[in-house]
Amino acid sequence: MIGFNISKRFIRVWQRNLRVYKKTWKISFVPPLLEPLFYLAAFGVGLGGLVGVLSYGGKATAYTAYIAPALIAINIMQSSFFENTFGSFVRMYYQKTFDAMLATPLTIEEIITGEILWGATKAVIGTALMMIIITCFGLLHFPDALLLLPVAFLGGLAFACAGMVCTSIVPTIETLNLPIFLFITPMFLFSGTFFPLGNLPGWAQLFAKTLPLTHLVELCRAFALGRLSWSNLIAIAYLTIWYLITFPIAITGMRRRLVR
Amino acid sequence: MAAIIEVENLRKSYGSAVAVDGISFTVQAGECFGLLGPNGAGKTTTIRMLYGFTPRESGRLRLFGTDCDGAWRSIKAKIGVCQQEDNLDPDLSVRQNLETFAAYFNIPSNLVNDRVMSLLQFTALEGREHANVMELSGGLKRRLVLARALLNEPQLLILDEPTSGLDPQSRHQLWSRLDDLKQRGLTTLLTTHYMDEAQRLCDRLIIMDQGKILIEGAPLDLIQEHVGKSVIEVIAPCSELRQVLKEKGVAYEDVGQRLIIYSNDGESLYRDLLGEHCREGCMLRPATLEDVFLRLTGRELRE
Repeated sequence: MIGFNISKRFIRVWQRNLRVYKKTWKISFVPPLLEPLFYLAAFGVGLGGLVGVLSYGGKATAYTAYIAPALIAINIMQSSFFENTFGSFVRMYYQKTFDAMLATPLTIEEIITGEILWGATKAVIGTALMMIIITCFGLLHFPDALLLLPVAFLGGLAFACAGMVCTSIVPTIETLNLPIFLFITPMFLFSGTFFPLGNLPGWAQLFAKTLPLTHLVELCRAFALGRLSWSNLIAIAYLTIWYLITFPIAITGMRRRLVR
Repeated sequence: MAAIIEVENLRKSYGSAVAVDGISFTVQAGECFGLLGPNGAGKTTTIRMLYGFTPRESGRLRLFGTDCDGAWRSIKAKIGVCQQEDNLDPDLSVRQNLETFAAYFNIPSNLVNDRVMSLLQFTALEGREHANVMELSGGLKRRLVLARALLNEPQLLILDEPTSGLDPQSRHQLWSRLDDLKQRGLTTLLTTHYMDEAQRLCDRLIIMDQGKILIEGAPLDLIQEHVGKSVIEVIAPCSELRQVLKEKGVAYEDVGQRLIIYSNDGESLYRDLLGEHCREGCMLRPATLEDVFLRLTGRELRE
């Protein structure tokens, strides 16, 4: 765990990914712009008609306003996790990009740090794009909602590291479906995203509180709707600690995988 | 001349399999040094240890007169590597591949453009700078890999099977580029399965097998020492021929339908044989490095 050889050269790896992203931004921009439209239409207009208004933090809140920040949180989770699982795995295994980098002064630690930073950056880009659409629906409370951007970065780091840990373990790219079904999909549904945690049985609520998306959703909702509270600090602390633990695991795992 | 590479007792094993078994060699500045051996001999593992990709298990390694431990970053900055597998960045164009790689070396941006242009010219890739890497042929990709390895103006160029799978034109083109680099005094370390390539390019070479060095020397010296001047190949030899050769004390190898006779006095022996023993065909040819290689490492398949 000790002795990471990291200089600020990791930014070169980040720049490489940004360069590739810039070539395809017209396509990369589409999902974060369209996804909130689809979800808000289906869940907000369709389901929202049935649900109407629910109580959040003691205040009556429209269902669309309730789920819009969760959509952002889900996007943060998915974009960074997918970038550092499928994206990184393809670069590592199929394109041998990391092998080529290792013949330069870059260290394995810098390569992985740059990759993780890029995963978090994609989460921030996606969040900014989604905020534009959601603002058009009048569902964001400014200026508090601007805090979503640093939250996206923190949450992005947390899920990027989780993704990189998976990449360091899985034998094949197909195996990545396992953490997606066991980790990402359950969180997507049961982390206070589309209905309040309070609707779950007690044990399930407790379990949900151990999951990172629950805390990310809570932060996004508080900041998007302008309902900041001291309890948000717990969620920030949770995600920070998650990151601090998974980052060295990701680097150690990738070092074990790549340095033979 | 200063030694660029000093390897002493280098060792690496994976579990119980020993890949490199205590090898030692030295490469001087300006030399082209070859690493030859059958598949699994430990060539690539050796090369990977030399550029810090694979940590060595034991042994001493000095590059550019510096002990490698703890100095890898500055040492790697002075090495250019053409790895065996194609690892160009398929997401980027030819030019972007070079620019991105230059950034990994922290080459100042005001220098990058000139270097990229001159390397594109050197490798005859001008006009293709905006091409997608995926669209390049094998030969063009190899040239781009070479250009990429030269971006940091290395003092040592490492080539792992640089011409595998190339057509003869591309091979000769690459060889002449390597000649040019040699003229400029660049030290080169290369592995290859092509003996003509090694004979053509290398000043000195080692032949490895099962992680150990079998022989070391200049190609022509090795041929003279281990095979002789010439080789006679006899197709469908009769059994008396074997007897004759044994009586004459001439070294030969029996490959079933073919006898391979090693001799320093090939011409007179050839004339002797031509009359009575060459029923299906006889061929006198100069001895090559391939003869040395096969004589030392055997003819049976390795994998």
